[in-house]
Amino acid sequence: MILNFIIGIISAGIPLAAPLLLAGLGEMFNQRAGVFNLGVEGIMLMGAFVGFLVVLTVGSPVLGLLAAIIVGAIMGLLMAVVTVKFKAQQGISGIGLFMLGWGLSGTLFRVYVGGITSIDGIKTFSFPLLGKIPIIGEIFFHNNILVYITFLLVPVSWYVLNKTAWGLKVRAVGTNPQAADTLGIKVERIRFQCIILGSMMAGLAGAYLTIAQTHIFADNITAGRGFIAVALVYFGKWKPVGIMWGTLLFSLAHAMQRSIQVYGINFPYEIAVIIPYLLVIVVLALSYKSQQLGPVALGKPFIRGSRE
Amino acid sequence: MPEIINKLEMRKITKKFPGVLACNNIDINIKSGEIVALLGENGAGKTTLMNVLFGLYQPEHGEIFLNDKKVIINSPRTAFSYGIGMVHQHFMLVPNLTVLENVALGFISKKIFKLELNKVRTKIDEVSKEYGLSVNPDAYIWQLSVGEQQRVELIKVLCLGANLLILDEPTAALTPQETDELIVLLKEMAKKDRSIIFISHKLNEVKAVSNRVYVLRNGSLVYEGETTEHSVSTLAEKMAGREISMPILKEKSHATSPILEIKNVFAKGSMGTMALEGLSLTVGKGEIVGIAGVSGNGQKELADVINGISHIESGQILLNNENIANKAPQKIINKGMGYIPEDRMHEGTIPSFSVKENIIMKDYCKAPLSKSLFLQDKIIENYSKELINNFAIKCPDNKTACASLSGGNVQKVILARELSRKPKMLVAAYPIRGLDIGAAEYVHEQLLEARSENIGILLISEELDELLDICDRIAVIYEGKILDVLDRDIATKSKLGLLMAGIKDEKKVI
Amino acid sequence: MKKKLYNETIYRLLIVVVAVLSALLVGAILLLIAKANPLKAYYVMFTEPLSGKFGLTEILVRAAPLMLVGLGIAIAFRSGILNIGGEGQIMIGAIFGSFIALSFPNLPTYILLPFVFIASFIGGAIWGGIAGWMKAYLSVNEILSTIMLNYIAFQVYMYLIRGPMIDPQEVSYGTGVPQTALLSKNAWLVRIIPASRLHAGIIVAVILAIFVYFFLWKTTIGYRLRAAGAEAKAAKYIGVNVKNYLVLAMLLSGGFAGMAGAIEVCGVHHRALESISAGYGFSGIVVALFGGLHPLGIIPASAVFGLLIVGADMMQRSVTVPASIILAIQGLIILAIVSSQIFFSNITLKEKIMIKLKLMKSGDKDDS
Repeated sequence: MILNFIIGIISAGIPLAAPLLLAGLGEMFNQRAGVFNLGVEGIMLMGAFVGFLVVLTVGSPVLGLLAAIIVGAIMGLLMAVVTVKFKAQQGISGIGLFMLGWGLSGTLFRVYVGGITSIDGIKTFSFPLLGKIPIIGEIFFHNNILVYITFLLVPVSWYVLNKTAWGLKVRAVGTNPQAADTLGIKVERIRFQCIILGSMMAGLAGAYLTIAQTHIFADNITAGRGFIAVALVYFGKWKPVGIMWGTLLFSLAHAMQRSIQVYGINFPYEIAVIIPYLLVIVVLALSYKSQQLGPVALGKPFIRGSRE
Repeated sequence: MPEIINKLEMRKITKKFPGVLACNNIDINIKSGEIVALLGENGAGKTTLMNVLFGLYQPEHGEIFLNDKKVIINSPRTAFSYGIGMVHQHFMLVPNLTVLENVALGFISKKIFKLELNKVRTKIDEVSKEYGLSVNPDAYIWQLSVGEQQRVELIKVLCLGANLLILDEPTAALTPQETDELIVLLKEMAKKDRSIIFISHKLNEVKAVSNRVYVLRNGSLVYEGETTEHSVSTLAEKMAGREISMPILKEKSHATSPILEIKNVFAKGSMGTMALEGLSLTVGKGEIVGIAGVSGNGQKELADVINGISHIESGQILLNNENIANKAPQKIINKGMGYIPEDRMHEGTIPSFSVKENIIMKDYCKAPLSKSLFLQDKIIENYSKELINNFAIKCPDNKTACASLSGGNVQKVILARELSRKPKMLVAAYPIRGLDIGAAEYVHEQLLEARSENIGILLISEELDELLDICDRIAVIYEGKILDVLDRDIATKSKLGLLMAGIKDEKKVI
Repeated sequence: MKKKLYNETIYRLLIVVVAVLSALLVGAILLLIAKANPLKAYYVMFTEPLSGKFGLTEILVRAAPLMLVGLGIAIAFRSGILNIGGEGQIMIGAIFGSFIALSFPNLPTYILLPFVFIASFIGGAIWGGIAGWMKAYLSVNEILSTIMLNYIAFQVYMYLIRGPMIDPQEVSYGTGVPQTALLSKNAWLVRIIPASRLHAGIIVAVILAIFVYFFLWKTTIGYRLRAAGAEAKAAKYIGVNVKNYLVLAMLLSGGFAGMAGAIEVCGVHHRALESISAGYGFSGIVVALFGGLHPLGIIPASAVFGLLIVGADMMQRSVTVPASIILAIQGLIILAIVSSQIFFSNITLKEKIMIKLKLMKSGDKDDS
C-alpha cells in the first residue's frame, strides 16, 4: 500500500516537474548572463494560451508548441529591449511583463474561446521496452514526449554552458561584463540571446501545461509556476543539475499535497493548496547563502566605460 | 599576429563628456622599445586618453596613426587586432572562471561552439616562459592575490598579441617589492621591442621606469620631455600648475595623553577569516598617527571596528578611557568620534540626497536640528548654508544632489560635517585619494588645524609621502597587526616599505 | 535659473507623455488582436467616465484604494524594497478589519471605524512584515516572497470567507457564496455624494497621503528610512540599523495596503467578499511609479488610473473587449515608465535630446 503510494507520488511528480524545469533552465540562461527575468510567469501564460488556441483551431500539437515558442521569443525580445537597451530596472520590468502576459492571455481567452473547452494535445505513452521494467518502468517511462525532452535538456544545457565558446561568453558576461567587453565580446548581444532563449523555453513550458498536462486553458492557469521556477534557479545555484533536483523535490512535495486530498485525508482544501508556495518561501530562505557564488553582475545593466 | 608597432601617434585627440572636456587637443607618440609615462593628477585625462587608444571611447576630434597609416579604433577588439593591449587599474578578469578561461575569452569573440582550451594553454605556456611570468592556468581568479592577478592580466594581453602595452596605475595595489619586480619586467619587455605607456601619478616610479614623460593637466598636454632631464619636484610642479606646498607638520607633538587606545583587538573580515589579529595602537590628543600598509591588511576592518560598523571578537577599544568596542555606531558618534570614510560617494555621503541633507547626516536627530521626531527645516537650512560658506563648498545651492559635486567638494561636505561637530577623535581613511592637488592641500590644512585643536587623528593612507608630511608617528599594519610604529624623525620610505612587506628587523615575519 | 527649471520640467513632461503614448500604441495593437476598434475603445475608456456623475464618482471610488496601496509601495520603494504583495496585504487587512467589525457590531461608528482601520493596518503590516523580515535577515528576494505570500493570502482569505467567517445567511439559504455577513451600519464609511458609491474613504486617503509626505521628509524616522533605501552603506555609517528599517518599511507598506482593504470593506462592499482586492495590489504599483514615488504625485496618479479602470469597465460594455485588457495595458505602462528612466539618468542622452528640442523650438536658426 505504501509502496504504491510512493510509486504514485514519484510518477506524478516527474511530469509535474517538467514545466518548472523547462522554465527554470531558461531562466538559468537569463540569470547567468546577468539578467533577472521575473516576467517568466507572463510568458508562460501567453505560451499556454497560444499553444492551446492553435491546437484547438488547427489540431496540431507540434504547431501549438511552435507557436508558443514564437510568442515566447517575441515577449523575450520585448524584455530584452527594455532591460538591456533601455537599461530599466529588472525586477519591476519583470512585473510589467507579467501583468502584460496575464492580462493579455485572459483577455484573448475570453475573446477567442470563452468557456471551458478541452483539447486532445499530447498524450503520455509507454516507452518501448523500458516502460515494461517493473516499478522503474512505471515511474520513469510512462510519460509524454515533452517530459523526456525536458530532462534531456539538463545535460544539454550543462554542455552548452560549460563546454562551448558561447557558454563561456555567457558566464563571463554575467560576472564581469566590463572584462568581457574589453575582450571583444558583445555583451548586449549575448544578453539578448539569453533572454530570448530563456523566454522561448518559458513559452514552451507554458504550452506544456495546456497541451500535455491539463488539456484546457483557464485564467491564470500557471498559478505562480513561473515565479517558482525563478526561485528554484537560486536554489539550484544556477547549475542545470541543481535546478533539476530542485524542481523534482518541489514537484514531489506538490504531488504529495495532491495525493493527500485524493486519499481523503482530512485537510482543508485551501490549506493544502498553500503548501507549494510555503515550500518556495522555505526554499528561498534556505538558499540565501548561495547568492555569493552566483553571477555577480545579476541585476545590473551594462554600461561601457562605467566604473561601478 | 598583428604587425610590430614601430611608431604610434595620437594627433589632436579631443574627447568630451557632459560638462567636462576630458581631453583637449592632445598629441602623443611612442616608438618601439620605448617606455613612455603619462603623468597627471586624477581627473587630468590620462585614463580617458588611453581608453580612446584602446577603443573604449571615440574621440570627437583627432586621429591615430600606426606606422604612419591612419587607423580607426572603434572597439577593444580592433585595438587588439592592431597589437594594442591595456591592463586597467581595476582588473578585467572574471573571478569565478579560471586563468585559462579568462585568457580564452579573448580568442572566442567570433566562435559559438568550439572551445579549444588546449591551444590557449599552449600559448600561455609560451608567453610565461618568454617573460618569466609564472601562473597556474587552472587556478580560479578569486583564489589569486592582487600581484598574481596582475600577472594574469599581463599574460592575457601578451597572449593576445599586444606589442604596445598600456598600463593604468599598475602599482596602485602592489608592495614596494612587487613594484620593483614589475619595473624590471617592463624594462625587459622594452628590450624585446615592445612599447609601453605607463599611466601614473607616482613621480618616483615614473622617474625609475620611463624614457620620456608627458604631463597632462585638466585635459591638456602641458609638458613633454626626456625623463632624465627633470627632477621629481619640477615634474610635480608641472602636474599641478603651480608650486606645490603641501602642508607639512612643523613641530612634533610632545607627550600627549591618549584619546584612543586599541588593545589587542581580534576581528573578522568580510570573508569570515580573521582580519585583525591582536592589533594594538594608541593615538594621543593633538597627534596625527598614520597607518601605512598595502591595502587589504586590515585597514578597512580597523576603521570599521573603531566606528562600531563591525564588531570585534576580543580586545578593547577605549575612547577617552571608555570602552566603545561593539557599541552601536550612533553611540560612538555621540561620544565624539568622527570618521571620514574611504568610500566618500557611497558611505560618507548619500549621493541622491541634497548637500543640505548630507550635512546633517550625523546630527539630524539632535537639537537644534530636530525637536523630538520632527526636523526643524529653518534651522537646518541656516546651518547648512553656514557650513557651505565656511568650508567653501562649490555647489549651485544646498539642494543640489551630492552626486553632482566633484570629488573634492564631496570631501569638503564630509569634512564640514565631521569637523563642525568638534569631535575628540577623527579617523580619516585615504582622505586625499582621487583629489586634485588643490583639494588635497585643503584637506591636509584642515587635518593639521584639527590637530592643533587637540583632536586625535588616525590617518590611513597608501601614500607614503602624505604620511611622512603630516604624521607625528607612522604605524605599519601587516596581516592584521601593527608591525611597528616609527616616529616622524626616523621614518623613511625604505624603512616603511620593508615593514609594509612584512619584514621587521631584516627578518621576514611569518 | 528659472529657464533651466522650465526646460527641465518640459523635458520631464515630454518623456512621460511619449512613454505613456508608446504604451497606449502597443495597447492599440493588442486591442486589434482582441477584435476591437482601438480608437473607439480608447475613446470610450478615456471620455465616458468623465461624462456623468456615475463615472466621476466611480473614478474617486477606485482612486481611494489605489492611493493607499500606491502610498505604501512608495514608502517601500524609497526604503529600498520592492513590495509586490499588495494583493495579499489587502486581503489580510480586509479580513482583520471585517473580524473586528463583525465582532463588535454595536460600538458607535467613531470608535468602531478607527479600530477597524487599525486592525486592517495590523493585518496588512504583518503580511508585509514577513517578507520584510526575510529580506532583512535572510536576504530573501522580496519580489518572490511577496508574490508567494499573495498566493498564500488568497487561499487563507478564501478559506476564511468560505468557512469560519461565512455569512450565516449563505449557509441557511444554501447558496454558499464566499463572503462574510453584511457589516453593521456602524462600520460603514458614510457616502459623501448621494446616489453614488463615493464614500468618505477618499478623504481618508488624501489625508493619509499628506501624512506620508510629512512622515518621509519632515521626521527623523522618515529620514532614516529614505537613507536606508538610498544608500544602505551610508545608512550603516551613521548608525541606522538598515535591517530593522527594511522591516519597518514593509510593515508600513503592508499596513497601508491593509487599510485599502478596510476602505473596500467599509466603504464599497460593506462585507468581505471574493474579489476584494480587484487587482489593486498591482495597479497600485503603476500608480506609485506614475506618481514619481511621491505622495503629492500619487494623489493625481490614482485619479488617472481610477479613470482607466472605470473606463475599461465601460469599454467592456460598449466595445465588448474584456476589461482584463486593462491589466495588460498597465503592464505596458510599467514597461514604458521604467524604460523611460534612462532619459533621466543618462546625462549624455538627455543633453542630446534637449539640444534637439531647443533647435526645434527656435526654428531653423542653426548656426553651429
